[in-house]
Amino acid sequence: MNITDMTAVQLSAAIRAGETTAVEAAEAVLAKIEEEDKKYNCYVTVDREGALAQAKKVQAQIEAGELTGPLAGVPVALKDNLCTEGLLTTCSSKILHNFVPTYTAEAVKNLVRAGAVILGKTNMDEFAMGSTTETSAYGPTKNPRNTDHVPGGSSGGSAAAVAAGECVYAIGSDTGGSIRQPASYCGVVGMKPTYGTVSRYGLIAYGSSLDQIGPLAKDVTDCATVLEALASHDRKDSTSIARDDTNFTAALTEDVKGLRIGIPNDYLGEGLDDEVKEAVLQAAKVLEEKGAVVERFDLSLVEYAIPAYYTIAAAEASSNLERFDGIKYGYRTEEYAGLHNMYKKSRSEGFGEEVKRRIMLGSFVLSSGYYDAYYLKALKVKALIKKAFDEAFAKYDIILGPVAPTTAPKLGESLADPIRMYLGDIYTIAVNLAGLPGISVPCGQDSKGLPVGLQLIGDCFQEKKLIRAAYSYEQEVCRHE
Amino acid sequence: MANVISDETIEYVGILAKLELSDKEKEQAKSDMGRMLDYIDKLGELDTTDVEPMSHVFPVQNVFREDVVTNGDDREKLLSNAPQEKDGMFMVPRTFD
Repeated sequence: MNITDMTAVQLSAAIRAGETTAVEAAEAVLAKIEEEDKKYNCYVTVDREGALAQAKKVQAQIEAGELTGPLAGVPVALKDNLCTEGLLTTCSSKILHNFVPTYTAEAVKNLVRAGAVILGKTNMDEFAMGSTTETSAYGPTKNPRNTDHVPGGSSGGSAAAVAAGECVYAIGSDTGGSIRQPASYCGVVGMKPTYGTVSRYGLIAYGSSLDQIGPLAKDVTDCATVLEALASHDRKDSTSIARDDTNFTAALTEDVKGLRIGIPNDYLGEGLDDEVKEAVLQAAKVLEEKGAVVERFDLSLVEYAIPAYYTIAAAEASSNLERFDGIKYGYRTEEYAGLHNMYKKSRSEGFGEEVKRRIMLGSFVLSSGYYDAYYLKALKVKALIKKAFDEAFAKYDIILGPVAPTTAPKLGESLADPIRMYLGDIYTIAVNLAGLPGISVPCGQDSKGLPVGLQLIGDCFQEKKLIRAAYSYEQEVCRHE
Repeated sequence: MANVISDETIEYVGILAKLELSDKEKEQAKSDMGRMLDYIDKLGELDTTDVEPMSHVFPVQNVFREDVVTNGDDREKLLSNAPQEKDGMFMVPRTFD
């Protein structure tokens, strides 16, 4: 029995059966981190003492029969933009280098209630702005499948930690693809639920109308199990939705007969790597052979999603990041002349380049004289994009396509040309604009041995269809391996 | 580049964003923002005459609750994050004379 190879569901069963304990599990994963993380830099903070203390407590509760669920005693890694009481939370930014939250994010509380053991906080693009985890103030994370390549981003540390066995599962956040794309690059399963399904209370905001928390896991079963634990209605998040259908594990059945799957022609066009395309179409064929009805169609408006997204996300970011001013927490500059100079210097020294770029753009598109032409225009295009998806989901249960146009790029190749990097988000970004759920499932690798991800997109509140299709695909592929 | 960002615009945006950029950063910001706006101008190709701007994908209403304190006194914990504090308060530079 090798603990670091086990899924969460397998590990919790072994703990319940007395084959191992929560403490042994935490120790095994902490040892793996100790041994491997110098190579990958998945973590900003490892909380060894806290994890072992929590594991001991959880083990007692399991033995007392108080904790019986599938996450009890299982070690988890949290993206470093989720507030954790008493544990450093940096957003991978210098401006929060010393920030210790006084409360815990609601989604994390839900995991703790389920018996999770928190290992530490994972590296990310600074304030979740980036697609490679290279904009972190604490150095880049490397892809465990090939350390010359990026793990993707912004939840790159979380995806890499799952791939490297440095946690059993991890939590990320997805504003424009930040769970699905790193999951794809690292060969793990990642899911962004419908907007409003998981409370954002305690998630340090980037683009509030787009941000959602979700799981990164070793398989679809864990992914559904973790999402079920994360989801809750929370009065502290005014956009939280009261759902009575969050028993996502009920959808872990192998059945896609009659499921209508649409592949947008616009997702297979120019810019898509041939090997990625082939792997994705092969996956579609697997689902078709299992009884799904697969068709091609025109989604339309795909090329407008990125400019609309960057306008809206930058606008929201410029407003959300105003709170970092060197007064109540975080970095304050050494020397200054008066209050305003202190604000300006603290922010300019505390934020990295990409964050400043987006704050500048966001401030501009919201400024008087430009608000209508840029920000309002983007919100109108968002309405059109939502309508295009509504029309697609009148015909199909699921939209299928790639997660990203290529496999993981090499380290150091992306940041020089921001617009080119933004174009890599073309297949994931519209999902956030329309509030839809999306899942990334590994579907093979390219000739360099880098993982390819299959993306399944559902209509709002249709996570179960995605889980059912993803699970069916995964089971079929497992049988052939 | 169709969008040429002037020095005045960058100064003004810097004030709105509360960022102090070096001369080199300003030049970079001018070019970056110009390129991004050229790219965003693509949205102009779409006719949105009768389209309502969508800020939220679901119909949302105000969420009300009773104004009751539910958390405890976190003053000490909160102040422990402050760059400077004095007598149980955040310390800030002098704001008026």
